[in-house]
Amino acid sequence: MTRRALHVFVPAIAGALFVALWYGIHFWLSEDLRFLFPTPTAIVAALAENRDALARATLNTTEGALLGFFLAIVLSFSSALILSLSSLVRASLYPYLMILQLTPVIVVAPILVLWVGAGIKSVVVITFLICFFPLVVNTTQGLISTDRNLVELFQMWRASRLQQLFLLRVPAALPYFFTGLRIAATLAPIGALVGDYTAGSSAGNGGGLGFQAIIYSSEAKYPALFATAVVTCLLGFVFVAIVIGLSWLTLRRWHDSFDRTDK
Amino acid sequence: MSATPLVEFQEVTKRFGHGPLVLDHISLSVDPGEFVSLIGPSGCGKSTLLRLIAGLTPVSSGSLRINGRTPNQAAAELGFVFQEATLLPWLTVAKNIEAPQKLRGIAAPVRSAKRQHVLDLVRLSDRADAYPRQLSGGQKMRVSIARALALSPKLLLLDEPFGALDEMTREHLNEELLAIREQQAWTAFFVTHSVAEAVFLSSRVFVFSANPGRISTEMKIDLPYPRTADTRLSRVYHDLVSEVSRRLRSVETHTA
Repeated sequence: MTRRALHVFVPAIAGALFVALWYGIHFWLSEDLRFLFPTPTAIVAALAENRDALARATLNTTEGALLGFFLAIVLSFSSALILSLSSLVRASLYPYLMILQLTPVIVVAPILVLWVGAGIKSVVVITFLICFFPLVVNTTQGLISTDRNLVELFQMWRASRLQQLFLLRVPAALPYFFTGLRIAATLAPIGALVGDYTAGSSAGNGGGLGFQAIIYSSEAKYPALFATAVVTCLLGFVFVAIVIGLSWLTLRRWHDSFDRTDK
Repeated sequence: MSATPLVEFQEVTKRFGHGPLVLDHISLSVDPGEFVSLIGPSGCGKSTLLRLIAGLTPVSSGSLRINGRTPNQAAAELGFVFQEATLLPWLTVAKNIEAPQKLRGIAAPVRSAKRQHVLDLVRLSDRADAYPRQLSGGQKMRVSIARALALSPKLLLLDEPFGALDEMTREHLNEELLAIREQQAWTAFFVTHSVAEAVFLSSRVFVFSANPGRISTEMKIDLPYPRTADTRLSRVYHDLVSEVSRRLRSVETHTA
């Protein structure tokens, strides 16, 4: 069998085993507990049954996730540029970034609702808060990790500070930026969902997947709850896939992480 | 030889901050067209000397003139080749070579003409679109040299450029470097740990002693250019290598 076929075949087997395991657990449970662990067929059925509500919720969550994600990219990049200026700047500002990261959403959400109101705005801000930290930390690290020899070379060439920044430090930081972006991409849909759960609003059909989760759990619609989880998961996959695609397009030609020779 | 030296050190000393003396009263004068090697034990300040010429760090006392000017004023006339190739990994070979010219605002047609010329010189015209990671160590170093040459430097500073390469590649590149120099008139300051390399390339060799860095002795290498692989087989060459080795050993035992 060729390597390529093997790369399709083995993951397919693993997938089949996963589904089998799922059924196994369902039927292993005593009958009165099986509702807690619905079968894949039941989940797919719930997905079909609730497709309108779930589609609308997915769109709303995607919107919040995307806006928060972009906001985080733009602001983290500008922050990283400032943070890369000196270790003094970093020492002065990192504690406040830590505060942003360490304050739980559960606490922030009610404050946000007071400030900007429940709904998409709060969802965007919460997504931003969750995505910002890994982005800013990684990008800053990249900007300050430029090869000393290359920096000296630019000094030899009498490059201006701006030239050094945009022709040397920023491209050198791209692999770090994409590492942060990959982490942030997994967090963005979760952030939007949590935001929706804690500070969302269903006014004008504005509710997202988090809101849908609240509804299904209060109505004890467990297969639908699982279906919501599946949709969230898929959304996360799409986000990550897009980021991996972007980083492939940007880095594949020159960065070692895309070296095709198998090691 | 011309009357005004291209590089002139007068009683130059260098220390970093309040640290120990790195270079102690260095006086040397190099005329245009010379190929000068600096050799000596680790910590003898030979790399620091190149950095002084490059204006990366100022002299602590004494005077250093390049073409009668300060290192900073003369920066545009310098080419620098480091021990590592220091290519920008995200740019192709062609763009790497053009990068410093671009920084200087040189027009695109001029840049690409220069680039083609220097790539021909280092025999890498067919790799213009390759990325650095696709090149071997020797090829990377040739690109690095081509990049320096593309700036048409009067003075080329080379800091152990072939130190990380295997013996065969190193010898080939030594010959290539001299062949290029036949076509382009630049003066070279070459730092190395290899006596054979220093003798093969240079018109003069300075042997440094360490702690603090001083010029221990200088030797004229009276081998006619152009030098080729055959030069290495000659009696004179071998005698010169032995003599430089002897002097270097005496410096090293004194330091140890």
